[in-house]
Amino acid sequence: MSRITNLSRRDFLKASAAATGALVLGFRMGQSANAAVAGGDIVFNPNAWLEINRGGEVIIQVPWSELGQGALTAVPMLLADELEVDFGKVQVRKARNDPRFGNMGTGGSRSVRTSWDPVRTAGATARVMLVAAAAKRWQVPVDECQARLGVITHEKSGRSMTYGAISAAAAGQEVPVDIPLKPKSKRTIIGHDMPRKDTPDKVVGKADFGLDQRLEGMLFAVVARSPVLEGSVKSFDDTAALAVPGVTRTVEIETGIAVLADHSWAALKGREALKIEWDDGPNTGLNSANISERLAAADPAKAPVMRGDGDSAGALTTAAKVVEAVYELPYISHSPMEPMNCTARITGDRCEVWVPIQSVTWGESVAAQYADVPRENVTIQPTYAGGGFGRRLMVDYVAETVAIAKAVGRPVQMFMTRQDDTRHGLYRPTSRHTLKAALDDQNRPIAWTHHLAAPSISGQLNPERFSDGRDEGAVNGASNLPYEIPNIEVTYSMVNTPVPTCWLRSVYNTQNGLANECFFDEMARSGGHDPVQLRLELLPKDSRLRGTLERAQKEWGWPRKLNSGRGQGTASHSSFGSHVTMMAEVSVGDDGWPRVHEILCVVDCGPVVHPDGLNSQIQGVVGFALSALMREEITIRNGSVQQSNFDDYPPLRLKEMPDVTVITIDSEDDIGGIGEPGYPPLGPAVLNALFDATGKRVRKLPIAGNFKG
Amino acid sequence: MAQLTLRVNGKSHSLDIDPDTPLVWVLRDHLDLTGTKYSCGISECGACTVLVDGAAERSCTMPVSDAVGSEITTIEGLGVTELHPLQKAWIEDEVPQCGYCQPGQLMTAAGLLNRNPHPSEEEIVAEMSDVLCRCGTYLRIKKAVAKTVKGGKS
Ligand code: FES
Ligand code: FES
Repeated sequence: MSRITNLSRRDFLKASAAATGALVLGFRMGQSANAAVAGGDIVFNPNAWLEINRGGEVIIQVPWSELGQGALTAVPMLLADELEVDFGKVQVRKARNDPRFGNMGTGGSRSVRTSWDPVRTAGATARVMLVAAAAKRWQVPVDECQARLGVITHEKSGRSMTYGAISAAAAGQEVPVDIPLKPKSKRTIIGHDMPRKDTPDKVVGKADFGLDQRLEGMLFAVVARSPVLEGSVKSFDDTAALAVPGVTRTVEIETGIAVLADHSWAALKGREALKIEWDDGPNTGLNSANISERLAAADPAKAPVMRGDGDSAGALTTAAKVVEAVYELPYISHSPMEPMNCTARITGDRCEVWVPIQSVTWGESVAAQYADVPRENVTIQPTYAGGGFGRRLMVDYVAETVAIAKAVGRPVQMFMTRQDDTRHGLYRPTSRHTLKAALDDQNRPIAWTHHLAAPSISGQLNPERFSDGRDEGAVNGASNLPYEIPNIEVTYSMVNTPVPTCWLRSVYNTQNGLANECFFDEMARSGGHDPVQLRLELLPKDSRLRGTLERAQKEWGWPRKLNSGRGQGTASHSSFGSHVTMMAEVSVGDDGWPRVHEILCVVDCGPVVHPDGLNSQIQGVVGFALSALMREEITIRNGSVQQSNFDDYPPLRLKEMPDVTVITIDSEDDIGGIGEPGYPPLGPAVLNALFDATGKRVRKLPIAGNFKG
Repeated sequence: MAQLTLRVNGKSHSLDIDPDTPLVWVLRDHLDLTGTKYSCGISECGACTVLVDGAAERSCTMPVSDAVGSEITTIEGLGVTELHPLQKAWIEDEVPQCGYCQPGQLMTAAGLLNRNPHPSEEEIVAEMSDVLCRCGTYLRIKKAVAKTVKGGKS
């Protein structure tokens, strides 16, 4: 096998849960044990989140990786608000793997929402301890003392003391429980725009990304991998590679041949000079066309029913009218700007890893496995990640790097070139959606069926566990159709292929949300209904999603008057605990390319922690989702991925970016995520608008040349 | 291999190096200036942009030998005594998300302003469209450059 295959199953499941939001993460707080035994410079450490050192500096550890989503700012804001400190003075650190944080994995738009209660509690608990210690020292009642901006005051006696001054005394206490949290009206940091902690370093070139790690004696490594999926090395000759100045050696690992050198360029030249005979393996006959055929051939009658309300089959036979459509989506690549890379050092029975990563805990277990050291001897130091989008939930590149470092006995930085990253990625699965709606004589839907045929990310990684074909994750966004229709049936045919897959920003909601909301538009219009009106009629009265649609309708002035050639479209979707409606205004340019002029986005994610951060995430996801919609596609030919770089896999550019207006419904309802939920409605809003503008339905993505000629 | 001297951020560096080595690797691996980023290696994305005698150039496809005799400025040399006005605007407008593309965005914008201190919005969009940002910070980039052009006011 040429793929990294024996990654720990147990940790995969946890990572999978973190990515898809299917399970609640086993999050636990560090408990009292080390409140009093903080070591070294740290004098107060009531939980894993917080340290106060001798100098009185407040240090917040963030166990969520900073991928650009702002976790390093928003999560500390939660703590700082309850702790009552000056946010500008709080220092933030990227937490290493630490069992006190439970399973560390950044995905599922959960950095802020799963931190919401525990991190505020962590801050409040620490504040109560600090105030109690001050009150005790002054011999005054606790409730006469106030904490504000890192200082405790006792107004009556005019005394005050900094957190730093009392923290050693506070550390001796029991950690109290059941501390009440502030109401919204008392929050001074949460809900306000705080400066991002990572921005200053990021504008001067000082942010330490994975590729920026430099260790004493470190070698740079690139790996020659089989061009054909699951191919392997038959034999190789490295004579010419070793002759390249700077190349120090080569080593064979599970996935191919690694070339090591003193600097990156030598490693790349050395790899070019390798002569490898590949065993192409079983997939040389694999092509995009035959994958599509397999999806089309999946029999809905044999597919497990993932949701079955009422009798859809019956309703379809008695309906006055049936509307039907098929949507097809391609494999797409995450392609974050920083290609996959990892730096590792193995010393005796210890393994240290510096890596831009989402699955820290899974990375730890894989590093232990490939370094052959006990798990507790592994440190994973997450670096800044140059984007993630789900790709860094997989730990294939950690396994490769540690395997190389183990083989050569030197610190190693393994990096992928853009070509490697594109060709040897793990992709958002392709999918085919067959939707049918039965309409009554008023053209109102009485049944809705959605048959999804697609590879299962979890099923491909863990076939035994999903041998019954039921992957609930794959129908996220389909099985939870929000509309009140008496008969609903969602079926799923698991069609696994040798193309490796991985969670991508909002995962199956990218496909199911698009299919749902485009088909809803088709259904509404075919029955002569306004698509907004019909949604409002079918969404439950108390639905938060409905709230976003009502607000969008008002802000947009739906249906608004447009210049000729323009079209407008709408879509609503709930995912990761948040509810989003988008409206789009589009036209098609003379060159045959769609132009998206404007996007309105109304979000209900419950409490808004960092308004500007939310705005930035929505702007960003609009660009990311629009990029995929317009022209991203990974295709397979004779078992190989055909795309390789930004010339044949071209992301969206500034000139194609629409204006984006973001409106939030700030409430104290359950908190939702924000990194992903903006993705699903973008595509259908734009496609529905394109239909409005041109009368043409695009049902096979990407849009690419669909409006040309 | 060749002996050559490179001027980077006002300092001279003597190197014994394959003259074909792309400048990006020389900066990152030989001079430890890791602020300049690698992302595509084929002049498509702009992450590796540096100033060569004040003009924005892609260091991933420029052999180091071509840079000899020129004054190279990297992100580390953009605002040394004080932040460059673009960097200030970038901070005020909270442009970066992951930040990986941002050195290239800033150097491209700096190159534009060197050449044309008062670009129109269309000129800003045209120039900055050459630099990819996968996080989609485009609207903020446009705004921050325009603000810098107007002397720090949006
Ligand atoms: S790395 Fe040079 S343009 Fe992309
Ligand atoms: S900020 Fe992440 S790629 Fe631009």
